Amino acid sequence: MPPNPPRPRTALFVTCLNDTLFPGTGRATVTLLRRLGVEVDFPAAQSCCGQMHFNTGYRKETARLARHFVDTFADYEEIVVPSASCAGMPAEAYPLAAEAAGDPGLARAVAELAPRVVELTQYLTDRLGVEQVGAHFPHRVTYHPTCHSLRATGLGERPHRLLRAVAGIDYVELPAAQECCGFGGTFAVKNPAVSGAMNGDKARHVLETGAHVLAAVDNSCLMNIGGRLTKDGHPVRTLHLAEILARTEQDGPLPGVPVVEAAR
Amino acid sequence: MTRSFLGWPAFPEAAEREVGNEQLRENVRRATRTIRGKRAVLAAERPDWEQLRDSAAAIKDQVLAGLEQYLLQVEEKVTAAGGTVHWARDAAEANRIVTDLVLATGEREIVKVKSMLTEEIGLDAALEAAGINARETDLAAAIVQLGDDLPSHVVVPALHRNRSEIRDIFAREMGRHGRPAPEGLTDDPAELAEAARLHLREKFLGARVAVSGANFVVAETGTLVVVESEGNGRMCLTLADTLISVVGIEKTVPTWADLEVFLQLLARNATGERMAPYTSTWTGTTHGDGPRDFHLVLVDNGRTRALADPVGRQALRCIRCGACMNTCPVYERTGGHAYGSVYPGPIGAILNPLLKGLDDEQTASLPYASTLCGACNEVCPVRIRFTDVLLDLRAQVADGGKHPVERAALGAVGATMARPLLWKAAVKGAGLVGPLLPARTPVPGWSDNRALPDVPKESFRTWWKRNEGERA
Repeated sequence: MPPNPPRPRTALFVTCLNDTLFPGTGRATVTLLRRLGVEVDFPAAQSCCGQMHFNTGYRKETARLARHFVDTFADYEEIVVPSASCAGMPAEAYPLAAEAAGDPGLARAVAELAPRVVELTQYLTDRLGVEQVGAHFPHRVTYHPTCHSLRATGLGERPHRLLRAVAGIDYVELPAAQECCGFGGTFAVKNPAVSGAMNGDKARHVLETGAHVLAAVDNSCLMNIGGRLTKDGHPVRTLHLAEILARTEQDGPLPGVPVVEAAR
Repeated sequence: MTRSFLGWPAFPEAAEREVGNEQLRENVRRATRTIRGKRAVLAAERPDWEQLRDSAAAIKDQVLAGLEQYLLQVEEKVTAAGGTVHWARDAAEANRIVTDLVLATGEREIVKVKSMLTEEIGLDAALEAAGINARETDLAAAIVQLGDDLPSHVVVPALHRNRSEIRDIFAREMGRHGRPAPEGLTDDPAELAEAARLHLREKFLGARVAVSGANFVVAETGTLVVVESEGNGRMCLTLADTLISVVGIEKTVPTWADLEVFLQLLARNATGERMAPYTSTWTGTTHGDGPRDFHLVLVDNGRTRALADPVGRQALRCIRCGACMNTCPVYERTGGHAYGSVYPGPIGAILNPLLKGLDDEQTASLPYASTLCGACNEVCPVRIRFTDVLLDLRAQVADGGKHPVERAALGAVGATMARPLLWKAAVKGAGLVGPLLPARTPVPGWSDNRALPDVPKESFRTWWKRNEGERA
């Protein structure tokens, strides 16, 4: 580490979806990290990790975004990402994209950078070593472990442990939690009937919990499930985990969401 | 006329039709969840389960790396044991070999057991064209055949049927093909099994020629192995005078010690049983015992094409246990017919394109028949990384220029994203963000059953700039 780093060592990669549609997740991540003493920077050149391109088969296009990602974040010691699926891209996809583009330089740069890209809950529990983050959230919450967070990023129980440590929370387990919600990126539009059937079952399980808030670590999946709940007229709120962890007692309850008095 | 998957629509269209069938969805949901639960219990029972999976994957990779030598060894051993080995490059060649062998016996009524490969190559239709009637003897395969239906699962081809539908098929069709179903047949499983037993026993006892598949071929001795649950395999394999086994070249294992690994995995992973009720093995012919004539037809039909694919070749490790489809959330909603092949589910989504290539729309749609959720990776006994292969096949489809409009759209979005100034303008302007977001553009599918997310007044980057301005 240089003696006087010219800028913060920690960068936020907010993801393109959060930047444009879920800015509250980005704000919450910044609030949370600062509360925990992490000075986080937002390099404005950042855009998209290229997951949509990669998962649809466009590897050379992904390589272009991978180069951009590497250029944007090369100087940071750690890059925190409030999305499990986007956080996995540098390690899982960029080497294949570099190969497809015939760019060994990119492959080397990716190999050097990828270990520094960390999903938010992993960053909290593994790098900062905290589970109690000083959050207060007096609502009934259930949690959907997104497929990527579960099977690719391997977050395991980290998000659950963080949630259970929140003061005032009434945390309820989601039935059939490990089943995919049916989003799958372009799957949702390429196979809408199947995606809709899967999503319908997921939404039903959410309702079975009686939770007022559904949390996850990927807003893409929450956009899918929340879209279904809203369409069917159910007032369940979907929130990225960061937005729960960022709230303190001073913030009070989340407006418009029923308050639970006695937490379990 | 035998039904086939020829001319089947692409996955999205076929799946939409299947998803709309409530009865089918309930049948598939119930069946897959039952098997899934049993498998989970029996896999957890073995402390060495993960090591067994490692071994199985390694053995199959060893076979695939030296396939030619193992196959020549099989030919040598089978021939030495009194069998005859035939080589078939493709479906047409395999069908011609089998048809000629049956015609040479003079028989016109034959029985079949345990052969998905004969479904893959369309053997029944070829035999029918030559005036040969081949009757299925696996219970589920017989249900499919009697109902003039198509298989929907690799272990339980009639998985999409519930017992009352099966009762109706038996009552209606058995009499047309042999011994009729008993009067007043109900949908009680024991009654249905008894009806099938009586109907099929007549076939076993009358047939002089049997066509089988094989789960494994042990190269060191030239021994074929069939694993089954009903005893029909044992009957077909021993009662016929002529036995013709039609086997994919990837079914080879080097030694009996290797076979042991697979026999420990297969039943637990396929049906949630510790051991399959019947494991039959045979080596060539034995004087005075079993078939007098034994023919082994080794079939390629796209397997060497799959073998040439460095990422996809792992699909040839598959031992057809069906666990990937039992655990797949997509298969659970669509059933097997949506995949347009005898191999449905996650294995079908990768194996069909690898065997056939990606030239037609139906096959090219299969790698996209997945959310990439990865549940299949976790249950595969030979550790096929389905998601890796699906992604690689998608890249092959995209590189093949199949989706020019999509490529242009994603290319434009990507070009914007890779240029900070353009991207910033896009996010701020929101108008250019459209192509990114299924919610904001009239992409068919999204809005059918989902509300659009509210577009926030301010992007994150705008907030950051404002906020940082205040902090500074």
